[in-house]
Amino acid sequence: MSALAGTMRHARYVIGENPVTGLAFALFVIIVFVALLGQHVAPIDPLASDTAVALQPPSPHHWFGTDQLGRDIFSRVVVATRLDFGIAVASVALVFVMGGLAGVAAGFFGGWTDRVVSRIADTIMAFPLFVLAMGIVAALGNNVVNIVIATAVVNFPLYARVARAEANVRRETGFVEAARLSGNSEAQILVLQVLPNVLPILVVQMSLTMGYAILNAAGLSFIGLGVRPPTAEWGIMVAEGAGFMVSGEWWIAFFPGAALMIAVFCFNLLGDGLRDIVDPRRRT
Amino acid sequence: MAIPSLIGVVIVTFLLTRALPGDPAAYFAGPAATREAIEQVRANLGLDRPLPEQFLRYVRDLARGDLGRSLTTGQPVVSEIRTRLPASAELTLLGLAVAMLIAVPLGILAATRPGSLVDHACRVVATAGVSLPVFFTGLILVYVFYYRLGWAPPPLGRLDIFYSPPPAVTGFYLIDSLLAGQPETFIASLRQLLLPALTLAIFSLAPIARMTRASMLAVLSSDFVRTARASGLASSTVVVTYAFRNALLPVITTLGMVFSFLLGANVLVEKVFAWPGIGSFAVEALIAADFAPVQGFVLTMAVLYVLLNLLIDVLYGWIDPRVRIEA
Amino acid sequence: MTAAPALLVEDLAVEFRTRSGVVHALENVGFAVSKGETLAIVGESGSGKSVTAYAIMGILDPAARVTSGRALLGGIDLLAVSREDLADVRGREIAMIFQNPRTALNPIRPVGRQIADVLLRHGNVTGAEAPQRAIELLQSVGIPDPARRARAYPFELSGGMCQRVMIAVAIAARPSVLIADEPTTGLDVTTQAVTMDLIGELAAKNGMATLFITHDLALAAQRADRIVVMHAGHVVENAPTREIFARPLHPYTAELIAATPDHAARLEALASIPGALPDLRRKNLPPCRFSERCARKTAACDQALPRIVAGAMHGAACWNPLS
Repeated sequence: MSALAGTMRHARYVIGENPVTGLAFALFVIIVFVALLGQHVAPIDPLASDTAVALQPPSPHHWFGTDQLGRDIFSRVVVATRLDFGIAVASVALVFVMGGLAGVAAGFFGGWTDRVVSRIADTIMAFPLFVLAMGIVAALGNNVVNIVIATAVVNFPLYARVARAEANVRRETGFVEAARLSGNSEAQILVLQVLPNVLPILVVQMSLTMGYAILNAAGLSFIGLGVRPPTAEWGIMVAEGAGFMVSGEWWIAFFPGAALMIAVFCFNLLGDGLRDIVDPRRRT
Repeated sequence: MAIPSLIGVVIVTFLLTRALPGDPAAYFAGPAATREAIEQVRANLGLDRPLPEQFLRYVRDLARGDLGRSLTTGQPVVSEIRTRLPASAELTLLGLAVAMLIAVPLGILAATRPGSLVDHACRVVATAGVSLPVFFTGLILVYVFYYRLGWAPPPLGRLDIFYSPPPAVTGFYLIDSLLAGQPETFIASLRQLLLPALTLAIFSLAPIARMTRASMLAVLSSDFVRTARASGLASSTVVVTYAFRNALLPVITTLGMVFSFLLGANVLVEKVFAWPGIGSFAVEALIAADFAPVQGFVLTMAVLYVLLNLLIDVLYGWIDPRVRIEA
Repeated sequence: MTAAPALLVEDLAVEFRTRSGVVHALENVGFAVSKGETLAIVGESGSGKSVTAYAIMGILDPAARVTSGRALLGGIDLLAVSREDLADVRGREIAMIFQNPRTALNPIRPVGRQIADVLLRHGNVTGAEAPQRAIELLQSVGIPDPARRARAYPFELSGGMCQRVMIAVAIAARPSVLIADEPTTGLDVTTQAVTMDLIGELAAKNGMATLFITHDLALAAQRADRIVVMHAGHVVENAPTREIFARPLHPYTAELIAATPDHAARLEALASIPGALPDLRRKNLPPCRFSERCARKTAACDQALPRIVAGAMHGAACWNPLS
């Protein structure tokens, strides 16, 4: 049986054992679906404002109610899925490449590479991470790209550490020695032997980071960095609705916040499930 | 170990804030200033110098304890931070204390009664807790406890306007009001602190409970706990003296990580509750492209964090003799 | 009439619930140890010897259940008393030392205090006297400079010294029975001898009954008065040491002896026991769990095993014994 088929069977076993993981997986598919379809799922144009119907509570016409500009909150929440999910995916992809490669190189080659990468990681880790993200976005400019960069930078140490540790362990193993002896260059060994073994652990980490990336982006938007109105993004929507919580119009901030919560919850559960599939020894 | 980190922090902070968009010189000179006036202001502020020279001036000022001056308020950053830091510290410490009071016993009970209701509750808390955006929690709490139930005061800062702050000794209203013998002020401060501290507590609960449970589970199945049981030691001795003290070690390390998150969460909570702390100070400055306060803020937070990790290392060494003696 | 045994185990059965089914770990296990006697439980890995000890002490894994049996210690059935009563008896009347001495001690607590904890718990001394008594105990197990060593942590001591500390913890309250689980595994030969000598001296001095568990038949031959052989969760033979080597009754015992390096004069004569332990999760386990590997199997072996009579000098659970 090929390795992939074996993994699939094990995956089915784990999901069968733990229905919550299966649920998380299903939810993940739904989120991706909504993100991809975006605009087309929203019943009403998310940017259309109609002050006549401003600040209406949830009703059959506006499932999540309307905000202070009369915009339909349900549509905005749905459309924001694409943006938030996109930010999460982009950040994670970026840090996976940057951190993963740097870490693997550091663990495999050791010496100066290791020292430089570790020093960079340590410097980043000396900052409270959200504070650093704030600083980066403020310095580079308020836009989505910079949120992605900031999130990636802030997660760099974690990925670099994990990749480095795994690469370090593999460096001295038998099959690496064998590859070396049969004439493969160090770079070849790195890519063909070490990397495939490091990938699974990083993939598990990625799911957990997705959750953090979304919270990070939302947090930054909440304090006015990053995404600008009238863009529909969950964090900004909560910020816009914050003032209204005190006067009783709870739905403006509640629904985007709940969407945030559900998405992050889903990614975390998925990450736990993936971890059980990849490495059952690390279960808690 | 801490020194290289601090050096890195100083460098990065400097670079970040020099990269802030907007022109402080133009801002400072005012909207009606001419080109020459702006350039004059720029020279006064030393902003026309090459970057390395600016950096050296920055480090020199730092050594003197001078963090520059805020462009928006005109006050020295150091004094602003000094007034605002206790507000944040009081909030964060109270939140952390509440979190530990709930999370640690929860984790211990979950580990000593596996499969029970407490165990499931602990696991739900741990998974759900990390998914809650902290600002969302804060808003929900305000809605439920202030708007709906009327139990909490309006989220308008550290003290209701009818009260004046107690004479400043530590900057912590709770302590200062007691020291000054003002029990009403104490109660008023506590009332304002409740919701934001609870928000931070809910935020920190999850990682602490999760780590306590995991650590206790690991320790309870260790060889030396088996020996303790086989020696007939009382259950409480086994759980507390033998198991818990050993289980504490990873929990303390987790505290460092939790604190890092808290320092960031602080900023968000201060916005929700209009708390006059260092976080809101930084956000206001950021929006106004006022670089000295932002610089001061990032630097202060990082230094605090480094100091805190040092403290945690010390605490760890105090509990674990293996670290102490072999060091 | 011989005196009542210090520890009497009868009809002990233990099963484990696991993901892949119920494991019938122990069945019909029984033996007796008299005051001052040294009994060795011998068997290959997986024979259930440690499980027996853990069951007696009440420190089995939560997945385990004792489905029947009694373990009588001075009139109390250890398997039937409440948890609180059991905790009272453990350490005071019956104690156990474990396989890996360094990990068996609390790493962040000075060894003197760990001994004092047991002393204080079982009411032998006052709070003020405990530290001094702990030092005396350290001395009695042969640790040099005991006053200084009492303040040391386990990681500061050698493996052999940790072993002695563990012995001190076990005998602190003067138990009448000491169980030693693989007391010599992992130790070098000299330390093995020293440890076993120490246990023997303490047993003689305190009139303690000793039950030690080992896979090393040669060790049992040297140190034990009586040997109980276990296989796949059953007791297969129970006899005084001399007897069991001179006239082994059970085929498994004979093969075990033949497989021991001490007995084989040449390498070629070193036998191995054919087959493997049966899977204890099977529902269709035969009454004699050795029968599937046994060269002497007969038709009679399909019926329930003969019980080894308690108090018999030499018993074997076999329908077709040797000699």
